[in-house]
Amino acid sequence: MATVARRPFALFKNLNAKIAAIPMMLTAVVIFIGCTAWTVIYSFTDSRLLPSENFVGLAQYDRLFGTTRWNVAIINLLIYGSLSLIFSFVIGFLLATLLDQKIRFENTFRTIFLYPFALSFIVTGLVWQWILDPGLGLPKFLGELGLPGGDFALLGNKHTVIYALVLAGLWQGTGLVMVLMLAGLRGIDSEIWKAAKVDGIPAWRTYIFIVIPMMRGVFVTTLVIVASGIVRVYDLVVAMTQGGPGFASEVPAKYVYDLMFQRGNIAQGLAASTVMLVTVFIIIVPWALMEFRQKRK
Amino acid sequence: MANTTTIEPSGPRPQRRFAPSRIILYSILFVAAVYYLIPLYVMVVTSLKGMPEIRMGNIFAPPVEITFEPWVKAWSQACTGLYCEGIRVGFWNSVKITIPGIIVSIAVASVNGYALANWRFKGSEFFFTVLLFGAFIPYQVMLYPLVIILRELHMFSTLPGIVLVHTIFGMPILTLLFRNYFASLPEELFKAARVDGAGFWQIFFRIMLPMSLPIFVVGMIIQTTGIWNDFLFGVIFAGQQNYPMTVQLNNIVNAVQGVKEYNVNMAATLLTGLVPLIVYFVSGPLFVRGIAAGAVKG
Repeated sequence: MATVARRPFALFKNLNAKIAAIPMMLTAVVIFIGCTAWTVIYSFTDSRLLPSENFVGLAQYDRLFGTTRWNVAIINLLIYGSLSLIFSFVIGFLLATLLDQKIRFENTFRTIFLYPFALSFIVTGLVWQWILDPGLGLPKFLGELGLPGGDFALLGNKHTVIYALVLAGLWQGTGLVMVLMLAGLRGIDSEIWKAAKVDGIPAWRTYIFIVIPMMRGVFVTTLVIVASGIVRVYDLVVAMTQGGPGFASEVPAKYVYDLMFQRGNIAQGLAASTVMLVTVFIIIVPWALMEFRQKRK
Repeated sequence: MANTTTIEPSGPRPQRRFAPSRIILYSILFVAAVYYLIPLYVMVVTSLKGMPEIRMGNIFAPPVEITFEPWVKAWSQACTGLYCEGIRVGFWNSVKITIPGIIVSIAVASVNGYALANWRFKGSEFFFTVLLFGAFIPYQVMLYPLVIILRELHMFSTLPGIVLVHTIFGMPILTLLFRNYFASLPEELFKAARVDGAGFWQIFFRIMLPMSLPIFVVGMIIQTTGIWNDFLFGVIFAGQQNYPMTVQLNNIVNAVQGVKEYNVNMAATLLTGLVPLIVYFVSGPLFVRGIAAGAVKG
């Protein structure tokens, strides 16, 4: 500001700020752009134990989608993802509306619903592994009471194991959805409620036709957060089932890890992670478009 | 809720104390609360039982004879495959990773956020946008090249290496938090300091920092739970001698050989969950605010 007369060379303008921002710029360019580009490019090579520059076109993708284990992983992610999304939104929204009814002990209830979110997926997975253990946990308890479900080995059955993961994932994550929805509900002008009441509109209709549309922003943000978490799901599977029985509870993130770091088949892992990347972009683009539209208004 | 009993009825009709709708409301909340509490209850109860009692009884029964032996064993003797030194090794590794991880990532991100909020330069918004988009890229996409980079820097399988990884992946959310916070401070403060001749660092240390305790606390909460709960980065980048607690816990519990000692395993699990749980319970509303602030804002 003091030396207006001599115009400094553009690069050195604001030099301290630029130096301070170097870590962020490096992260953005080297890690987020550079590493991602590297992965996409090398997914077209025949890298095995070490990266190689021998490009083989789409061969890795061909092989990937010809692998049963990968296709199981994709289907699992679809099941896990859609169920987790639907239930965490429904349960999270319901809990939030219930907590929004000016109830007593609101803080206590909120604390109880949210505390699992503070725990790691490893802890979550291990706890639910025990609760669902047929020889020890809930099934045994039900059996002793003479109730159905006594011999129900949710985790041991390849057709049901994915639902056990959904159950544990929901336990860990619905609290977060509830908190976000509650923040959204609290952000809505109370005049709206009064106006709806004056017009004699029942509460449930106000929720569905007025409040939910107004919470679109919160819904989209929550969707992005929950969905990007779903695509990444890894720890939970490792802790709870290790992908088993067989590879019945395999998920893409675990498949990538195993091929890259255990099996030494780098290019397959890179191709698989590129598919994950594309999936995420499909989820993000609507959000980005919406943000853009909001800003233009 | 005007509870005034004036002559003319006014305001909303007071809720009856035991209106049927209220009873239903509280019942639903109570059932939900039980569902969320059961795992914690099972963990605590089982960790206090002896093995014979676990085999005989059911998981929901409170312990007949309370014993703290599983806790002692989990802490100092439980086996992670080859070694039988308990979960304490992992605990101290996690401490060694988490504390520098919090300090470095918050120091870097706060300065970045400050530069973005108060000292915008050509291109700064572009890098910031890339950073935010990067937050949604699955980690798996960046893992392998990052392994190569760290290996070239001779930081693979070292403590500084894993701290660097946590700093990198904590950057988007932390930078966003700090940028929004600094941008919300009154601009006059900044301008007055500039007029008085204060520079970049002077303004940061003497004016911005003293005013930003709340956001530092929120950042610390996010990073403490985030780094402590991490598993994937620990497995790949920390190296076996530095495995964090989550990794060792998983190795203890899912070890193939030997009899499963459920009480020891649950004690180890509780020990692993203790730090984030304490952070959560102590920081309470701040934790909620941190999540909402980090999430509701785009």
